[in-house]
Amino acid sequence: MSEIVAGWPILSIVTFLPVAGAILILLSRMSARGENVGYDNGVKLLTLLVTIATFVASVFAFAAFDFNNPNYQLQESIPWAFGASYAMGVDTLAISLVMLTTFLTPICILASWVIEKQVSSYMVLFLILESLMIGVFCAQDIILFYIFFEGGLIPMFILIGVWGGDRRVYAAFKFFLYTLLGSLLMLVAIIYMIATAGTSNIPALTEYAQSTGFDQNVQIWLWLAFFASFAVKMPMWPVHTWLPDAHVEAPTAASVVLAAILLKMGGYGFLRFSLPMFPHASHYFQFFVFALSVIAIVWASLVAFRQVDMKKLIAYSSVAHMGFVTMGIFSGNEQGIQGAIFQMLSHGIISGALFLCVGVVYDRMHTREIAFYGGLVNRMPVYAAVFMLFTMGNVGLPGTSGFPGEILTMVGAFQISGWIAACAALGVIFSAAYALTLYRKVALGNIENPKLDKIADLDAREWVQFVPLIIATLVMGLAPTYVLDFTASSAQTIIAQFAGAGQ
Amino acid sequence: MQFSPEVLIVLGPLIAAAFAGLLQRYVGDRVAMSVTTASIGLSLLLSWPIFLDFVGGGGHERLIEIMPFINVGDFRSTWSVRIDAMSAIMLVVVNTVSFLVHLYSWGYMSEDPHKARFFSYLSFFTFSMLALVTANDFLQLFFGWEGVGVASYLLIGFWYQKRSANDAAIKAFVTNRVGDFGFALGIMAAFFCYGSIQFDAVFEAAAANPGLTLGVGEVHFNAIEAICFLLFIGAMGKSAQFFLHVWLPDAMEGPTPVSALIHAATMVTAGVFMVSRCGELYHLAPLASGFVTIIGATTALFAATVGLAQNDIKRVVAYSTCSQLGYMFFAAGVGAYNAAMFHLFTHAFFKALLFLGAGSVIHGLHHEQDMRHMGGVRKPMMITWSMMIIGTLALTGFGIPEIGGFAGFYSKDAIIEAAYGSNGIGAQFAFWCGVTAALLTSFYSWRLAFMTFEGKYRGNPDAHTHDAHGDAHAHGDHGHGAHAKPADGTAPAHESPVVMLIPLFVLAAGAIAAGAIFAPYFLGEHAEAFWRHVIPLAHGEGHHEFPAWVIWAPLSVTVTGFIFAVLFYLWKPGAAKAMAGGPVWAFLYNKWYFDEIYDFIFVKGARAVGDLFWKVGDKRLIDGLGPDGFAATTNFFSRNLRRLQTGFVYHYSFIMLIAAVAFGAYAILAAIGGHR
Repeated sequence: MSEIVAGWPILSIVTFLPVAGAILILLSRMSARGENVGYDNGVKLLTLLVTIATFVASVFAFAAFDFNNPNYQLQESIPWAFGASYAMGVDTLAISLVMLTTFLTPICILASWVIEKQVSSYMVLFLILESLMIGVFCAQDIILFYIFFEGGLIPMFILIGVWGGDRRVYAAFKFFLYTLLGSLLMLVAIIYMIATAGTSNIPALTEYAQSTGFDQNVQIWLWLAFFASFAVKMPMWPVHTWLPDAHVEAPTAASVVLAAILLKMGGYGFLRFSLPMFPHASHYFQFFVFALSVIAIVWASLVAFRQVDMKKLIAYSSVAHMGFVTMGIFSGNEQGIQGAIFQMLSHGIISGALFLCVGVVYDRMHTREIAFYGGLVNRMPVYAAVFMLFTMGNVGLPGTSGFPGEILTMVGAFQISGWIAACAALGVIFSAAYALTLYRKVALGNIENPKLDKIADLDAREWVQFVPLIIATLVMGLAPTYVLDFTASSAQTIIAQFAGAGQ
Repeated sequence: MQFSPEVLIVLGPLIAAAFAGLLQRYVGDRVAMSVTTASIGLSLLLSWPIFLDFVGGGGHERLIEIMPFINVGDFRSTWSVRIDAMSAIMLVVVNTVSFLVHLYSWGYMSEDPHKARFFSYLSFFTFSMLALVTANDFLQLFFGWEGVGVASYLLIGFWYQKRSANDAAIKAFVTNRVGDFGFALGIMAAFFCYGSIQFDAVFEAAAANPGLTLGVGEVHFNAIEAICFLLFIGAMGKSAQFFLHVWLPDAMEGPTPVSALIHAATMVTAGVFMVSRCGELYHLAPLASGFVTIIGATTALFAATVGLAQNDIKRVVAYSTCSQLGYMFFAAGVGAYNAAMFHLFTHAFFKALLFLGAGSVIHGLHHEQDMRHMGGVRKPMMITWSMMIIGTLALTGFGIPEIGGFAGFYSKDAIIEAAYGSNGIGAQFAFWCGVTAALLTSFYSWRLAFMTFEGKYRGNPDAHTHDAHGDAHAHGDHGHGAHAKPADGTAPAHESPVVMLIPLFVLAAGAIAAGAIFAPYFLGEHAEAFWRHVIPLAHGEGHHEFPAWVIWAPLSVTVTGFIFAVLFYLWKPGAAKAMAGGPVWAFLYNKWYFDEIYDFIFVKGARAVGDLFWKVGDKRLIDGLGPDGFAATTNFFSRNLRRLQTGFVYHYSFIMLIAAVAFGAYAILAAIGGHR
C-alpha cells in the first residue's frame, strides 16, 4: 500500500480533506437557498462520508508508515513567511493520535444526527475542527503547530456557545478564557525559542535543545509557559474547572471530541515539547507535576463521587484519568511514557464512549440528571450492557483498554517514588466507587420514573456508533502489546531526549 | 500461538460465556445453559487427568504460552497456562464445583427469567478463575483476580431490581479494590526490586538477594517483607479477612449457587492460592508471614463468634467460610502451605455442599432464609437433611486421630498441629484461636442444623415468605401456593428436584472421602513427589511428635460444641432465646459493628471530603478566585468605568486583551531576566 501513496502529500490530504468537505457544504448552501430537512440530511450524509474518507486516508498514511523507523516520516515541507515553513510529518506517537482522531470523528458525526438547529453550520464547524486537530499532531513547524493548536479553540467555542445547553455562554467563555490565557504564554515562549535557536522547525528545535540546549534558567521559564498552556488543556488540577462546565453544556459530539482528542493535545505537547526541549526543567519540575497529578487523581475522583449530573461526573473522572497521563509522562521511563501514551489513546475511546452513552439517554429525555434515571436495564438491556462495559473500562478493569495505561503509569511512577504511585493507586479505589454508583443509579433497580416507561433501547444508528468502540476497548485491553510495540520507538526517543541532556 | 487441551480448559468457558451472553436472544435459554454447562464439563474432564497425574507422581510441570499480553521494557506479561501441582489442584477444584453449580442451577434458577445471563456470568467467572490459577506472572494473576471480582459483582447484583443486592455488589467490588490497591503496589514493588513480574524470576531474584531494601522516601523496608505485606493486602480483600471481610456476608444477596461457587469454594480462596503460590517469597519474610498468621487467626476466631448469632442461614455459612479461610491463612503464615492448600481443597467440597444444601432448603421453603422461621424440615427433605449432616460433620472436622474421619478432619487438624509446632510469629496465638474457633464452629454448625431441620415448623404457612422477606426478584408464582400446615409440626416444604440433588451427592462423597484419599499426597509420605518444588515444604511434615492433648484437642472441642448445641437448641430451646438480646449477643449479632464504623469513616468521610473539594475547593476557591472572580472583578470595573461597553462578549474580549498583554509582558520580562 505504501507504493500507492508514495510521492503524495498524504498527511496534508488527511489534514485538509475535512476542510475540503466543509467548503463543499458552504458552496452547496450558496446554491441551495433555504434550508430544509432533506437538505440537512444530505449535509449530514456528506459530512459522514467526508469523515470516513478522512479515516480511510489516514489508514493509507498508516500503511505507508515504517513501524521500525523511529524518525519522523511522511514529511512534507513548503517554505513560508518569516522563516517558518509549512512542514508536516509524524512519528508513531503522532500518527497514533491522528488515527484516534480520524477514527472517532465519523462516530461523532453519527452522534450528531439528532442536531436540528443550523445543521450545515454545525457540520462545517465540525469538519474544520477535525482538520485543526489532525494538524496539531502532524505539524512539524512550531508556528504551524500553534496555529492549529489555537485554531481548534474557535470551532469548539462556537459549537458549545451555539449548540450547547442552558448555560452554554458561561461555559463557552470559561473554556475560551482558560485555554487562551495559557496559550498566550506559550506564544511568547515560542517566539523566544525561535529567536534563540534560529529555526521554527520542530525536529530542528529538538536537535538544538539536545545539542546546544536552552539555558537552564531560561528553560525553567519556557517550561512554565508551555506548561501553562498544556496544563489547562489536559486539564490538570487546579486549572481543571472549565472542563466540567464545558462538557455539561456541550452537545454530545462536542463532548466526545473534547474529552477524546482536545485533552490529548496537552499530553502530546508535554511529550513533543516539554520533555525533549526542556529536559532540565522537566527534571526540575518532576515532583511538581507528580504532586499536581496525584492531587488531580484523588481530588477529581472524590468530587466525581458527589456529582448529580452524569456529564459532570464523567468530566471529573476524565480529570482523574489525565492525572495518570501526566504522572506517567514525567516519570520519564519506558513504562511511564508508554503507559501515558496508551492511557491517552484508551481514554479517548472510553471517555468518548461514555459521553455517547450519556448522549443516548439525553437525546431521549433531555436531562442529564442522575436522579431522573434508574432501572434503565429493564427497558434498555442492550444499552445497559454497553454502558456496563465502558463503566468497567473507566474503572480500569484488566481486559479492557483502561487497565494497561493505569498500571504502566503507576509502575513508571513507582520507580521514581513509591509514595506517588501509592497515592495514585488510591484513585483506582475511588474510581470503582463513583463509576459503579453512577451505574447503579442510572441503570439498575426498577423504573420509578413514569417518564421512562416507554424509553427505547439502542437503535441501529447508535449501535453502529458503539460497535467500533467496543471492539477497540476489548482488543486494546486484551492485546495491548501491539499498540505498545508500535508506540515504543517514539517513547524510547523521548526517553533518551529526556534523560540524555537532562542533568 | 500454541493450542492444546490445557488452553481449551481455560478458554472453553470464555467462549461459552460469550456465546451465551451475546446470542441469548437468538438461541434461547436451553441452548445457552447447555453450552455453558457442557463447556465446563469438558474442562472438568480435561483437568482431572492432569491432577491425577500429579497425584500418581507422574505429572510433568509445563508452561503453554499463548500470546504476549503486555511487553514494555522488562515489564513483560504473557497469556499463558502454567501447569504444576498448584494449578492442577485449583483446576479440579474450580471445574468440579463450577460444573456441579451449573448443573444445580438448572433446577434452582428454573423459574428465573434471566437464565442465559446467569449461566453466561457463571461461565465467565469460571474462565477468570482459571486464568488466575494458571497464571505464570503477576499481571495475568491480577487479570484473573479482577476478572473474578467483576464476575462476583455481576452475580451478587444479579437480581438487579433489589436495591440491597446492588449495594452489596458495589460493596464487594470496592472493598476488593481496597485490597487490590495493596496488591497492585506489591506488583510494582516486585518489578521495581527484581526487574520482572514472572513468578519464577521474582522468586529467584528474591532468594538470591534477601537483604535488598526498598526505600520509599526516607524509610527503608526489607524488600521481600514489603512485597509480601502488600500482596497480602490484596489477599485480605479477595479472601475476606479481618478488616476487609465486610463484603462477604452481604454478598449472600446473590443467588445461592453463586454463593457456593464464588463465595465459598473458589474465588474467596484465591488469596490463599496466591500466598501459597508465592510461598517461596513468604518463607523468606518472617514478619509478613507473622502478619498473615495473626490476621488469619483473628479472622478464624472473629468470624466464628459472629456466626454464633446470625439468623440468616446463608450468613451463618458465609461467616463460617470467612472463618475457615482464616485457618488457611494462618496455615500459610506458619509455613504449612501444603496444609493450607489441602484445607482449601477439602473445604471446597464440604462448603459448596453446605451452601447448595442450604439452597435446597431455601428452594424447598420458597425462598425463606431466616432460620427462625424454619424448623421441622427434616421429614419433608430427608435427602437434603442427610447431605447437610455430612457437610456439617466435615466442616466441624469430625474424626478420630489415628483412625480417620471426614474430609475436614485431615486438613483442619493438620493446620492446628502445624500452628502448634511452629515457632513463627503469632503461631501460638493462632493455635489457640484455631482450637477455640473449632469449638465455636461445631456449635454454630449444629445450631444451624437443629434450627433448620429439627423441632416444630415456626414459619407462617399461609404467607409464603418471599413477600415478607422483601424478595423482589422475579421468582413469580411457584405453583406451590397451597401447602396446608401439617398437624405434626413439619414444614410445608418439598424436596428439591434430582438435578439439584445430584451435585449434593457428588460433593458429599468428596466431603466424606477427599481427606482420607488425598492426605498422603498433600501432607503425608507422597508429598515430595506430588508438590515437586512448587511450594516450600517443611521437611518431615506429618511425622512430628505432638503431645497427645494437641492431637486430641480438636476432637474434644468439636464434641463439646456439639453437646452445647444439643443442649441449647434441642433440649432447652428456651435457653437460646434467653441469651439473645444481651449486650454480648447484640455485639455479635451486629458483627462487631464493623459496618457502622466503616460507613461512618469511609462512606460518609468520602462524601464529606468530596463535597469539600467540590463546593469549597472547586467552586469557591478555584472558580471564585479564578475565572468567576476575575470576570466579576473586571465586570465591576468595566461597568463602572466604561459604561460604553454593554455586550457580554465585549467584556470578555476586553478581559482577554488585558490579560494577554499583562501575561505577555510579564513573561517576556521574566525570560529576558532569566537569560541575563
